[in-house]
Amino acid sequence: MFLSDLEKNKVARISNILDGEFSINAKLREVGFAEGDEVEIIAYGPVAKTPICVRLNRTMIALRPNEAKYIEVEL
Amino acid sequence: MSLKAALIGAPNCGKSTLFNGLTGGKAKTANYAGVTVEAKKGHFTTPKGQEIELYDLPGIYGLTARSSDEKVAINMLEGQMKGVDKPDLVLVVIDAANLRTHLHSALQLRELGIPMMLILNMIDLAERDGIEIDTTILEKELRIPVVTSRATRQGGRENFLNRLDSLIDDGIENAKIAPEHHNLSELQKSARSLAARAIVKEALINKTTRIIDSVALHPIFGPIMLAVVLFLMFQAVFSWATFPVDFLDGAVSSLADFVRAKVGHTIWGELLADGIIAGVGSVIVFLPLIVILFAFILVLEASGYMTRAAFLMDEIMLRAGLNGRAFIPLLSSFACAVPGIMSTRVIEHERDRITTILIAPLMTCSARLPVYTLIIAAFIPNVKVFGFVGLQGLVMFGLYLAGVISAFVVAFILKKTVTQGAPQAFILELPTYKLPNWRDFYVGIIGAATSFLRRAGTVILQVSVILWILAKFPLSATSLRESYAGKIGAFLEPALKPIGFNIEIAIALIPGMAAREVAVGALGTIYSVQGGESNTQGLAHILQNAWSLPTALAFLAWYVFAPQCFATLATIRRETNSAKWAIFAFLYLLGIAYIAAGLTYHISRLIIGN
Ligand SMILES: Nc1nc2c(ncn2[C@@H]2O[C@H](COP(=O)(O)OP(=O)(O)OP(=O)(O)O)[C@@H](O)[C@H]2O)c(=O)[nH]1
Ligand SMILES: [Mg+2]
Repeated sequence: MFLSDLEKNKVARISNILDGEFSINAKLREVGFAEGDEVEIIAYGPVAKTPICVRLNRTMIALRPNEAKYIEVEL
Repeated sequence: MSLKAALIGAPNCGKSTLFNGLTGGKAKTANYAGVTVEAKKGHFTTPKGQEIELYDLPGIYGLTARSSDEKVAINMLEGQMKGVDKPDLVLVVIDAANLRTHLHSALQLRELGIPMMLILNMIDLAERDGIEIDTTILEKELRIPVVTSRATRQGGRENFLNRLDSLIDDGIENAKIAPEHHNLSELQKSARSLAARAIVKEALINKTTRIIDSVALHPIFGPIMLAVVLFLMFQAVFSWATFPVDFLDGAVSSLADFVRAKVGHTIWGELLADGIIAGVGSVIVFLPLIVILFAFILVLEASGYMTRAAFLMDEIMLRAGLNGRAFIPLLSSFACAVPGIMSTRVIEHERDRITTILIAPLMTCSARLPVYTLIIAAFIPNVKVFGFVGLQGLVMFGLYLAGVISAFVVAFILKKTVTQGAPQAFILELPTYKLPNWRDFYVGIIGAATSFLRRAGTVILQVSVILWILAKFPLSATSLRESYAGKIGAFLEPALKPIGFNIEIAIALIPGMAAREVAVGALGTIYSVQGGESNTQGLAHILQNAWSLPTALAFLAWYVFAPQCFATLATIRRETNSAKWAIFAFLYLLGIAYIAAGLTYHISRLIIGN
C-alpha cells in the first residue's frame, strides 16, 4: 500500500521509498521520509483531497498524492 | 585571527534567529521554510575574545541544490561563493523537536570533513512538549560538540558560546571526521538508530498546534478561516488607521496654515507650504496605515499560519498554473513586492518562478494604501452595509480582491503561453504555531516605517520641490496649464483623457513612476499650488471637488495594475537576470491598467449618467 492510499488517522510505517522522475526519492528522503518511520494522514486539502498533510514522526509535512505515491507503507 | 563560521541546517530551524542574536543583525525571520534566500555576514566575539565571522544562509535539506536559494548555501559549503573561502567551522542547526526526522542531515554534513558543531535549537519548545534529549550520546557517536540552544534568548545562547570557546581552545580540527560518502538511505538508517538512543523521552506533536490545525486544515472550516483572517486583516488595517491618519492629516494642514501665516507671501514660504509640506505631508500621514499592515503581516508570518494557507491553496494555485510554494511569496507581496519577488527563489522550477514573479506586482502592496485610502476617503461614503461592514473597508477589500483575481487569470494565461512547463513537486513542512519573537517583530516594523519615511524624505521631497517649481513657473502663468508642469502634462493628456484622467493626474503619474505613493505627494503639491491661500483642508477634500466620481474610480482601477514602482521592475530584472522579463512585466501591467481604468471610467459614467 502507498501513503497516498492510506486512510485518514491510520498510523502506518514506511516500508520502502520508490524511485521516480525528478529525483523524487532523494527529495523525499532529504525532508525526512525513511524506512521504519511512522506516518499518518492528518488532513486533506479542501479541493479534490489534495494536497495531503502527513505526520512523519513529530513533523508535519504537506505533499501531493502525486509525491505520496512513491512512499510504500505497512499498517 | 577571525574564524569563519557558517550556519547550515534545514529551513526554519532558527538559523537567522541565532544569527541575529549573536551578531545583533537584522536578518528576516519568520515561521515558515524559505525565509532566508541570500547569504548574510555578521560578526561577534566569543566570551573569551575570539572574533567570529558568521554567515547566515538559506535552509537546505541536503547537499543537492535544486533551487537558487539552496545553491547559495551549498556554494558556501563547497568554497564556491564569490570572494569567500570555505568556512572554518560549520554550525549545523537542527530543530530539537524534530531530531528524529532531521538528524540524518548532520551525518551527511559531517562527511564533508569540515570542523562542525551541532546545535539543537528551539530546545524550549521541545521541552515544553515533553521531549528529553541526551546530548552526550550524540557527542560521543558523532565525535563533534553538541549543544542545545534557545536562539531567541540571550541566556539560551550562552551554552553554545561557552562550548564554542572550549572547542577553539581544544583546536577546532578535532571536531571533524575524514571525508566519507554514504548514500542517503544508509545515513538515514544510522541517524534513526542514533536518534532512538539519544531521545530519552518522545512526545506527541504540540497540543495547541493540533487543536488549531483541526480547524485550520479542515476541508470546510479551513478555507472559511483563511477568508476570515484575510478579511479581518484588511478591515482592521482600514478602520484602525482612520483615526491616526485623520489626526496626522489635520496636523499637516495646520502646519501648512501656520507656515503660510508666518512666511506665506514670500516665494520661500510658498515653496515650504505648497511644495514641501503639501507634498511630503500628504504621504507621511499614511504612516500609521503602513505600520498596522506590516504588523499584521509580520504576526501572520511569525505564527506559522502561512504554511497552512499554502496547504489550503495549493490545488487552486496548481489549477491556475502556479505552485503552492508560490503562495507565501505572493502573500508577502501584500507588504511589498520587492521581498516577495526575492522569496520566489525557493521555487525550484524556473518557469513557475518567473510566472510568480510576473504576478507578484498585482498583489496590493503597502505603497498602494496611501493612494487607495486617499481616494476612498474622498469619494466613498462612510456608511455601513449589512449593519456592520464599513462600505469604505469593503471597497478596499474589493481592490485587493481585484488584484488577486487578476493575478490568477494572468498566471493562467502566462502558463499557457510564455511560461509553459511541467508542474513541480510540492513538499512543504508545516511548523508548529509560535508566538512572534518580539525583537524581530520590532525590527521588522521599524524597518518598514523607516524605509517609508526615508522615501518621503528623499524621493518625495525632491519631487515636491521640483514639481512646485515646474507648477509655479513661469511666474507669468495664470493657470496650471500655462506652467512648465502643465506643458509636460499636456504631452500625456491625449493618451490619458480617454480613460478619464485630467491634466493633474497626468502630471502626477510621471514622478509616480518612482513609487506608487509618490503620486499622492505630487497631487498634494499640484493642487496646493493651484489652490494657494484657500488650502485649509486636506488633499481628500480638494480632490472631492476637483474630480468626478468616474475619474476617481478609474484612478483606483489604474492603481490596481499599474507598474508604478521602479524598485519592483529593477528587482524583476535582477532576479530573472534579464531585462526582457522586466520590460514584459512593465508593458503587460501598463496595458491592463489602461484597459481597466478606461472600462471603469466609461461604465461608471454610464451608470451614474454624467
Ligand atoms: N521558541 C523558540 N522559537 C525560535 C527559536 N529559534 C527560532 N525560533 C522561531 O522559529 C522561527 C524560524 O526561525 P528563523 O530564524 O527564521 O529560521 P531559519 O532557520 O533562518 O529559516 P530559513 O531562513 O527559512 O531557513 C521563527 O518564528 C523564530 O522566531 C527558539 O530557540 N525558540
Ligand atoms: Mg533564515
